[in-house]
Amino acid sequence: MNKWTRRAFIGAGTVAGGGFLLGVAGFTFAPGRHSLVSADAVDKGQLTTWITVTPDNLVTILIPHCEMGQGTPTALAMMAAEELEADWSRVRVQEAPALDAYANGYVIRAIGGGYVPAVLGRGVDYGTYKIAEWFGFQVTGGSTAVRGTGEYGMRVAGAAAKEMLLAAAAEQWGVPVSECVAKGSRVTHAASGRGSTFGQLARAAATQPVPTSPALKNPDSFIIRRTSLPRLDLPAKVDGSAKYAIDFTTPGMLYAAVEIAPVQGGTLVSVDTTPAESMPGVKKVVKLNEAVAVVADSFWRARRALAALKPEFSDAGHGDVSTASIFAAFDKALGAPPEVPKGAAKIVTADYRAPFLAHATMEPMACTASVEGDRAEVWTGVQDPLNARSAAAKALGIDAGNVRLTNFMLGGGFGRRLPFTFDYVDLAVRVAKAMSPTPVKTIWTRENDLQHDYYRGAALSRHAGALDANGVPLAAHSNYTGGGDSEAVFMPYAIAAKDAEEKKAAHPIRLGQWRSVLNSQHGFFKESFIDEMAHAAGKDPFEFRRALLGDQPRFKAALEKAAAMAGWGTALPQGEGRGIAICESFGTIVAEVAHVAVSADGRLKVLHVYAAVDCGDVVNLDGATAQVEGGIIFALSAALLSEITIARGRVVETNFRDYPMIHIADAPKVTTAFIRSDAPLGGLGEPPVPPLAPALANAIHAATGIRVRELPIKNTPLKWAGVI
Amino acid sequence: MAITVTVNGTQHALDLEPEMPLLWALRETLGLTGTKFGCGISACGTCTVHLDGRAVRSCTLPISAAEGKSVTTIEGLARDGTLHKVQQAWLAHQVPQCGYCQSGMIMAVAALLERTPKPTDEEIDAGVTNICRCGTFARVRAAIHQAAESDGAAS
Repeated sequence: MNKWTRRAFIGAGTVAGGGFLLGVAGFTFAPGRHSLVSADAVDKGQLTTWITVTPDNLVTILIPHCEMGQGTPTALAMMAAEELEADWSRVRVQEAPALDAYANGYVIRAIGGGYVPAVLGRGVDYGTYKIAEWFGFQVTGGSTAVRGTGEYGMRVAGAAAKEMLLAAAAEQWGVPVSECVAKGSRVTHAASGRGSTFGQLARAAATQPVPTSPALKNPDSFIIRRTSLPRLDLPAKVDGSAKYAIDFTTPGMLYAAVEIAPVQGGTLVSVDTTPAESMPGVKKVVKLNEAVAVVADSFWRARRALAALKPEFSDAGHGDVSTASIFAAFDKALGAPPEVPKGAAKIVTADYRAPFLAHATMEPMACTASVEGDRAEVWTGVQDPLNARSAAAKALGIDAGNVRLTNFMLGGGFGRRLPFTFDYVDLAVRVAKAMSPTPVKTIWTRENDLQHDYYRGAALSRHAGALDANGVPLAAHSNYTGGGDSEAVFMPYAIAAKDAEEKKAAHPIRLGQWRSVLNSQHGFFKESFIDEMAHAAGKDPFEFRRALLGDQPRFKAALEKAAAMAGWGTALPQGEGRGIAICESFGTIVAEVAHVAVSADGRLKVLHVYAAVDCGDVVNLDGATAQVEGGIIFALSAALLSEITIARGRVVETNFRDYPMIHIADAPKVTTAFIRSDAPLGGLGEPPVPPLAPALANAIHAATGIRVRELPIKNTPLKWAGVI
Repeated sequence: MAITVTVNGTQHALDLEPEMPLLWALRETLGLTGTKFGCGISACGTCTVHLDGRAVRSCTLPISAAEGKSVTTIEGLARDGTLHKVQQAWLAHQVPQCGYCQSGMIMAVAALLERTPKPTDEEIDAGVTNICRCGTFARVRAAIHQAAESDGAAS
């Protein structure tokens, strides 16, 4: 904290109407020991937090993250309000606009990997609070909001503002500041019986000296955090008033439907535009490098006219790529299984396979833009407004400062709306440019969305392990394709030799970040394999893992907790089974036990999932629980059903009929427990995802003896004889 | 010729192609954006509204099928400023995450409870086939049971 505080900048001033504004800009630490970035980047992130206290005694907290369903604004506001000693009913939140001053750079180091630029140190213009031309990330992703912005921004800002309010009160009353107490958005002085609201003190507080290292509360005295508070965004989400990008409307606006080259990298070769041009409502057919768009006075009319066109696209030389060709290349790149110690009593080998996956956010991509000369206005939904603004500017060949971007609530993110994946913004602004200055809303259909995603990568992983005569593991190695990193391949188990090596096998399918990123594949690989090692050793999969976690107390505690919650070891009817798995990602350790039933003819029912979660501490208990429940269901849909396949270089799946999701009938009960540890706050949006698929596959094995080594599970017949 | 449809109690004459799906008339012509577009093939249920009290997926229902009928959207579910019991239960259980599917989910559930006031879990499984990518199903189920237990009057 000292190091950080020395580098932090806290600034304060007045706002119109006599309010008090306090901002924190500073540098953060890397997210955790499995940080994806090199040590020299550790101190180079930055974040900003802004709080205002106005004379009406309202505290408004500007949130530099978007709401995509995770409840981040509520949790962050709780962290600031806790330190500020604000009355929660007098707290409001507002998403920060896409301005440089709200850049939050923390997350990019967690998810950006190779993108972390070496040019971070371009300077901070402290005088104007402006993070000058830094690297412009204002990202929500990488499960970083609470542990980055919250821990190092919100808490410090709240504490600093409180100290200034206390100082203002002490000065007005001529009493020692040490005798003043802040609580419930009021400062009181018990000895004299005086008291003022934060609002009454706001103007005076703004002129107090700015504290350099405000004291943070001891967690034992938290009164807002660790409770369950209703999320601030939910009332608008039950009455239909919440606005998403697809809902934006402005007078005179037109609508566009697009058809994009079906093979990524392909371009529009030719299109006869006349069939569409004569159709009702059509204003223009816009030819773009990689797409054709129909602009009309309603989206349905635009889409209907688009369907009348027969555009021809090139295939960028990838017309012969298929799922089979990609996996054949993976297989070839992997070659022989990794070598294990000679003379081992038992050798275990296995291949695991994971498919490409789409994000399939419920809200399809949508972006409205109005372009006039060298200026543009954009209305969309992104996980990083600043970079989306840059993407729009680049597509138009204009300065980013000339683009005004308004961000909306996201109808799901899951990594689809992150930097470097703003193709829908790029495309929409070019369509709008062709209609300049008329605003145009480009809406992607579900078919556009599923066929032009930045996919979770397919992967093949080849494992080899060795056991001694007592069933003690000597080695657990893997060679993998499809990407990996030190966090994703990390196995906490005390095994002398456990190497994981990437083998490259390039393919042209474009990839992105999908909820839990590379952990989503590797969690399945490594936690399936350790289960196979346990069975080869003739040991209970829980006890086998537990015995190897002696020097990993957090992992051990989470594993034991999940097992206890699930009644691990108690008898089950024939055809039922439990499977366990544990993964760490984004600083959070999650152990899950899946309880399944498989009928003799192979019908699978997931009955219950138990999750033990060590994310250090929780901020909003109910919100955190919801993230775990949701992450498990999201992972379950993928594990059971989801698969993007490639034929002739293009994505085969078109809509929810052939890329199905589970329904309420398929959703298991989920029981969640949080373990409070002394670890730094971990993320929560993603960590519940990785352990689900292996826990499920391990449970199926326990129930049927059938080992699932390929996702989705639907591809493995589960018919069993009724006797294991 | 205009198609006459009553939406949330107000009669509208829609001068649109009869085959245009009701969804787009609601969203773009009437500005009722609470009803969402998700798939366009009646697979996900984000576009669910009530047609004469019955849940329908408006993304494939031509407006001609609504001629002379009464449509209720999420914006019309609350009465006299009081949330419908399903909406109240949704807040009590903090159901939504991203929220995009929830208009359709709430409309589907409200219609289910009209037909089946106290649904069993099996009846919920059969009656609610909307997709939620955020995975709110456990809370949806709990909220349905709470709404079913409430007396239906605004609390």
